[in-house]
Amino acid sequence: METLGAFAILLAFCLAIYAFSASLVGSIRKKAFLVVSGERAVYAVWVLMSTAAGILVYSLMTSDFRLAYVAARSNRAMPLVYKFAAWWGGQEGSLLLWSWLLSTFSVMVLWTNRRKFRDMMPYVIAVLSFTQIFFCTLNAFIEPPFQVLAVGKGVQAVADGNGLNPLLQHPAMAIHPPMLYLGYVGFIVPFAFAFASLVTKQPGEAWIATTRRWSLITWAFQSTGILLGAGWAYAVLGWGGYWGWDPVENASLLPWITATAFLHSVMMQEKKGMMKVWNMVLISATFFLCIFGTFLTRSGVVSSVHAFAQSSLGSWFLGFLSIAVGVTTFMIIKRLDYLKSEAHLESVLSRESSFLFNNLILLASSFAVLWGTLFPVLTEAVMGEKITVGAPFFNKVNIPIGLFLLLLTGVGPLIAWRRSSFDSLKRAFRWPTVFFLVTVLGLVATGVHHIYALISFGLCAFVTVTIVMEFFKGSRAISIKNQMNLLRAMVELTHRNTRRYGGYLVHMGIVIMFIGFTGAAFNKDTTKEVKIGEHIQLGNYDLQVKQVLDGDNPNYSWQRAVIAVTKHGESLGELTPERRVYVSSQQPTSQVSIRRRLNEDLYLNFASMSQTDPTAAIIQVYIFPLVSCIWVGFYVLLFGTLICLVPSKVKYSYARTEVVGVYAKQAQPTK
Amino acid sequence: MKTYAKFTLLVVAIVGTLAWLAASGINESKTYYKTISELKQLPGGEATKRVRVTGDVVPGSIKRDGERVHFQIVEKGQPQILNVVYTGKDPLPDTFRDNAQAMADGKLQADGSFQASSIAAKCPSKYEAAPGGKPAAQPLNGAKPPSMS
Repeated sequence: METLGAFAILLAFCLAIYAFSASLVGSIRKKAFLVVSGERAVYAVWVLMSTAAGILVYSLMTSDFRLAYVAARSNRAMPLVYKFAAWWGGQEGSLLLWSWLLSTFSVMVLWTNRRKFRDMMPYVIAVLSFTQIFFCTLNAFIEPPFQVLAVGKGVQAVADGNGLNPLLQHPAMAIHPPMLYLGYVGFIVPFAFAFASLVTKQPGEAWIATTRRWSLITWAFQSTGILLGAGWAYAVLGWGGYWGWDPVENASLLPWITATAFLHSVMMQEKKGMMKVWNMVLISATFFLCIFGTFLTRSGVVSSVHAFAQSSLGSWFLGFLSIAVGVTTFMIIKRLDYLKSEAHLESVLSRESSFLFNNLILLASSFAVLWGTLFPVLTEAVMGEKITVGAPFFNKVNIPIGLFLLLLTGVGPLIAWRRSSFDSLKRAFRWPTVFFLVTVLGLVATGVHHIYALISFGLCAFVTVTIVMEFFKGSRAISIKNQMNLLRAMVELTHRNTRRYGGYLVHMGIVIMFIGFTGAAFNKDTTKEVKIGEHIQLGNYDLQVKQVLDGDNPNYSWQRAVIAVTKHGESLGELTPERRVYVSSQQPTSQVSIRRRLNEDLYLNFASMSQTDPTAAIIQVYIFPLVSCIWVGFYVLLFGTLICLVPSKVKYSYARTEVVGVYAKQAQPTK
Repeated sequence: MKTYAKFTLLVVAIVGTLAWLAASGINESKTYYKTISELKQLPGGEATKRVRVTGDVVPGSIKRDGERVHFQIVEKGQPQILNVVYTGKDPLPDTFRDNAQAMADGKLQADGSFQASSIAAKCPSKYEAAPGGKPAAQPLNGAKPPSMS
């Protein structure tokens, strides 16, 4: 079996080289049969990679401990779902997942475009295949997943494997890596189309139209992956809450930021024919950052809580990145003429410039994150001394950036295209500003003095009002014209222009998430050593340790504190934080117990038994206000993205004048 | 052209502000990587700067004392041992245990101990248990404590 798997990878490697060469040569020499055979090779690569992946998964599921990969990451006691998740539990397996996803995406792209873009497709295939060659090289030669334990040569056969790292045995963790990978790998498709249109000088914005939906879905996967990681970090201990500015977390955030910028600025190209070079740079940067993120995670260049084994992968990734960046930069410079803007900026007070600022700020943020992440590497290269920057640096730069972006989220939709007059702005901003001030003053009156929290909550109110106003004005117009109730009119309005109103829902999700982030300004915590029956007080909560139980099962032994929770004298039930020690790895883990509510989470950790007094437990208590809003906001964001993907009932240009025009007309200056 | 001049001015203002924020952020939070032996040789004046020091947790040295956690780390192949006191608020990572590679951020104290405000830990096997099923280390608190129930 493992021989077949290894052979499949090797053959896929050869066929990927063939697909790359045949597409390029076929396109340049105008040989249709070569192009077609290249396309068939792409399908074959998928079959082979699926075979390899299938064999690895089968070996994991059937606990075939002859394989080094299976022995190191799986054991008999593990539930089936984690045996499956062990596919991406280690270096070799996750690189195979990358490769397999890439081949799957290539096939999907090829199938959906099999009769379209005959000029562009060979180059799209060339880009996809080139990346496939790179990953197949890693799978076949650098990190092969099908190595068999050298039993007999100083190594004993293993009766049971080591098991997946206990930290990874968590539902969110089982799906977090594949989600992120769907994001990481997915951005290669818009990049491939952008690059192909650059080479073939496609007229119009064909590549954007084709890949808009793809970019959006990929972005949604990337968002989901990041959020699942945050949710996992929150529920599994020791990673500094849901976000710790760890290099590998940053690595996943970087392409997300540039992709967000891209999703905004492509609108400028679609509507105005502006920012063509910029969009090309953004989508390329997004793809490179995806590769770069994989490189950071896999190579161990920067010290991170995630760092996998130090490996020789780094130089391979750097080699691939240099080639990709070099070729893309060369092509963009060569095609500057073709990328010329069709319109000019007319006013600083215009929708166009709000898009530019949005992009500028997002880019600044991603640059700051990149800079902070690579700071130790840079200082070592320049000064010979390794210096790192911590969370305060990232917060100091990114909190103002985040707040400014939040402001733009509210301002953008209120300004007209081309230019806005002060009068129209005054009219548009009246109510949002009133709500901003009311919120800030109301909070100050209730004793909130944290400056960033005040600004953030104020801006959240501001943006919410603008979004509600947009929905209200549009749907009221429809409800009057078509004699329908407001709620139905709102659905109708959204259906007529799903991109615009789905976009607003995404913004609403972001606002709710900001409320959640801002809650961190009011976190409370305490650590206490308590005996049975003793109490801990924090905020309005009173906690009493009832008992400590222990027991074991084949996978781990556990010890659990049972803690009764009361608030204002009213009983709220029991929380049971737990400590586990996994049998095969002897790794202890904490299972925190969380009482989740929209206004605040009560979060308990059973740190350990006391060493000085074996009858006392050390309990850590945290109150995280509003943290649930982050997850709620994410669901809203996802819902908004789905709405964006539904085709609009009315063509966009029509919708803009007929429906949205109800409001835009007011904001536009009279000529 | 006037539009572009205005626009440039705004861009410069924004980028300038961010650069200033970044520079002050770096100054506030920059932390030097030092080995244990380098740390012990720091001249008195420099001992107050923020340092990140890495070493292996000496087996059996982890002791809890209410909110604080005491432990010792040692550099591979070096005799020096560093006493660390963790005073941070975050719960310690699950991977932090005997023999784990721990990364402590903090400042050196006058008595030669190290006060850490944050701890990151890597499993000795870097998330991948050693092949052969050999237990890598004892759990944080040794044997199972007596039951209280």
